Amino acid sequence: MSTATPSRQPVTGTAAAPRTRRPLLLDLYGTAVGKKYAMAISGIALMGFVLFHMIGNTKMYLGAVELNEYAEFLKKLLYPLAPKESVLWILRAGLLGMLALHLHAAWSLTVLNRHARSVRYQSARDYQEASLASRSMRLSGIVVLLFIVWHLLDLTFGVVNTVGADGEFVRSEVYANVVRSFERWPVALFYVVANLLLGLHLTHGAWSIFQSLGWNNPRFNAWRTAFARGFAAVVVIGNISFPIAVTIGIVSV
Amino acid sequence: MTRTVKNLTLKVWRQNGPDDKGHFETHVIDSITDEASFLEMLDVLNERLIDENKEAIVFDHDCREGICGTCSLMINGQAHGPQRATTTCQLHLRSFNDNDTIVIEPWRASAFPIIKDLMVDRAAFDRIVESGGFITSPTGGAPDANLIPVPKPVADAAMDAAACIGCGACVAACPNSAANLFVGAKITHLNLLPQGQAERYKRAEAMVDEMDEHFGSCTNHGECSAACPKEISLDVIALMNKDYRSAKFKNRKQLSRK
Ligand code: HEM
Ligand code: SF4
Ligand code: FES
Repeated sequence: MSTATPSRQPVTGTAAAPRTRRPLLLDLYGTAVGKKYAMAISGIALMGFVLFHMIGNTKMYLGAVELNEYAEFLKKLLYPLAPKESVLWILRAGLLGMLALHLHAAWSLTVLNRHARSVRYQSARDYQEASLASRSMRLSGIVVLLFIVWHLLDLTFGVVNTVGADGEFVRSEVYANVVRSFERWPVALFYVVANLLLGLHLTHGAWSIFQSLGWNNPRFNAWRTAFARGFAAVVVIGNISFPIAVTIGIVSV
Repeated sequence: MTRTVKNLTLKVWRQNGPDDKGHFETHVIDSITDEASFLEMLDVLNERLIDENKEAIVFDHDCREGICGTCSLMINGQAHGPQRATTTCQLHLRSFNDNDTIVIEPWRASAFPIIKDLMVDRAAFDRIVESGGFITSPTGGAPDANLIPVPKPVADAAMDAAACIGCGACVAACPNSAANLFVGAKITHLNLLPQGQAERYKRAEAMVDEMDEHFGSCTNHGECSAACPKEISLDVIALMNKDYRSAKFKNRKQLSRK
């Protein structure tokens, strides 16, 4: 029998790191935990957008001039340092990219999760902690997505907005476009419902980001749920106030 | 002392092997004492089945004192049954009412294939532990106690995570069959302690990558922690996510130095 010490191969994954790696971000995104990072980061970007979008729209309560000027102001961000609308387009592109990332991650994780339990439970589950919000993330997300599409066709491109200022959609007449659109009650109702679902999405999502990003600290953990609910409430109340204000006549042309 | 006896109806999952379709089978348990444990009730039923020349129901169990992590069972839609912080072997019939119907299913996850009836193969957990759930320490004489100082709060947090018995209830309870609570517990246990520091980031990357091969993705429902007999906290998942992110950066740096 040979007495030489056998050469020891690393027994474990910890001893041997893979030799070749994809670029860092792709490497991260290739895993479920990394996709949740992408989901949380894109979620934060979208949350930032919905908050400022809502705050900007409250100018509606100051009248047509203020709101229309605000729309002009957005086009002139950093003007004259940057050409008109350039910053706005960068923001729009970033936002669309974030939405695409959020959707792709949601889609591929959902597929992964389906595969992870190919045979489902044959008897009823009795959930203890999962909430209506956490269990309907995909549904609320899809409704919000459909809403975003409608919303752009309605108030940005005017394709489905045949009522705009004086029976015609005029891009710069933001105030009139909004008011005329919301005067159609089914449209107002859809805005309210979609925003309530956005709120539901956020009561779970805005809490979930802390876990996904590994932000966990006994000093602020108790505030995470409160933050999520508060954020969702502010966005939803602000957003649904607009169609309601038009419907009951507080805001009119 | 008067003993309470109960009559129960069981709907038990029977499945002949991994590829069998499986079905529920109904059994009536007449006047069984309240003090019997859930598994003792299954023992009684199995004795009867054997007497009747029928095949006994296959289920996993070992220590029967809540520390080994071998028992399982989805009971009325809850992993380890209705009592919080309790393994199936520590569950007793006093948790049920007279004339209850109790539905018993195996853990269900693609990574936990059914071997027979209620017994599943949890080897995927072993693969994850093999990938980094240990410290590579030189053998030799046992070191003196308290040679390495560990702050009390850190020792407590690590001990809480170390309480995980690897039962798989977290995966079974998770709507996504994610194993984040289990892997988070293993990573937290070692990554908080000084002894675990040398391999901290290799461990985080290796274990999470191995988990990815078998299980679903966490959507932060919190069902795992609610089902966990050791009440492992969701905090371990956040720590795992954080260490995994750091690992991606640090391990690359180390690699480029080679
Ligand atoms: C304005 C739009 C949206 C905002 C502000 C938003 C925000 C968020 C946030 C903050 C999260 C939590 C991320 C995490 O858990 O780490 C999240 C998760 C998620 N979002 Fe969205 N989202 C939006 C639109 C959508 C859309 C259009 C979908 C389409 C299907 C969607 C599907 C999901 C799913 C499936 C999750 C994962 C659920 C979970 O982690 O439990 N979201 N979203
Ligand atoms: S974390 Fe809890 S439920 Fe999951 S394997 Fe460990 S002890 Fe079981
Ligand atoms: S049999 Fe050991 S924990 Fe239940």
